[in-house]
Amino acid sequence: MTITLNHFSAAAVFAVFASVVFGITHRENTRDMIRYGLYCFAMFLGGLLVAGWAMWLLKR
Amino acid sequence: MANSTTEKGKTIPSEPLSLMSVVAPAVGWLIPGAGHLIQKRWIRGGLLFISITTMFLLGLAMQGRIYRPNGGDLLDMLGFIGDLGAGGLYVVTAAMDWGQGAIAFATADYGTKFMIVAGLLNFISVADAYHIAIGKKQ
Repeated sequence: MTITLNHFSAAAVFAVFASVVFGITHRENTRDMIRYGLYCFAMFLGGLLVAGWAMWLLKR
Repeated sequence: MANSTTEKGKTIPSEPLSLMSVVAPAVGWLIPGAGHLIQKRWIRGGLLFISITTMFLLGLAMQGRIYRPNGGDLLDMLGFIGDLGAGGLYVVTAAMDWGQGAIAFATADYGTKFMIVAGLLNFISVADAYHIAIGKKQ
C-alpha cells in the first residue's frame, strides 16, 4: 500500500501525532496535557504557515 | 554513600531501583505506549501507541527508507539511531526487508522523516514511562 500526502497534509499529520506525544509526556495532569498538546499543535501549524509565506516572499 | 548523590554540597537521595523502573522502559521501547499500559495508564498508553505506531506505519506507506546499522555518513548514523527508537516496529520492518526502496519523490523523503521522528517520540515516551515508574510523575 502506498500513501501519497501533499506537503501540507504531511506536515499536519506530523503535527497531530507529535503534539499528542508532547502533551502526554511534558505535563503532569490531564488538563495541562490537553492544553499543552493544543498549544504544540497550534505552534506547529502556525510555524508551517509562517515558513510557507516566508518562502513565498523570498521566491518573489 | 551508595544511595545518595551530591550536587553543589546538597545531598539528594537517589530513587530506589524497582523492577518496574527497568521493565516499563524496556517494554515501552519494544511496543510504543506499553510502558504506560503496564503501569495502568490506559488512555495515555493507548494514545502513545496509536500516535507513534501510526506515524511509523504512515512513513512506511509513504515509501520512506529505513536506516540500517552503518558506520558511514553521520546523518545516516543519526537516522539509524532515530529509527531504532521505534523498537519492535523497527525490528519487524528490518527483518521483513521493508523500507528499502529508492526515494523517488518528495513525500517518500517525508516518510523517512516520519519513521525517524516516530522513533524519537518513542524515546520520549520511554523516558516518561520511567519517570512514572520511579514515582517522579503521576
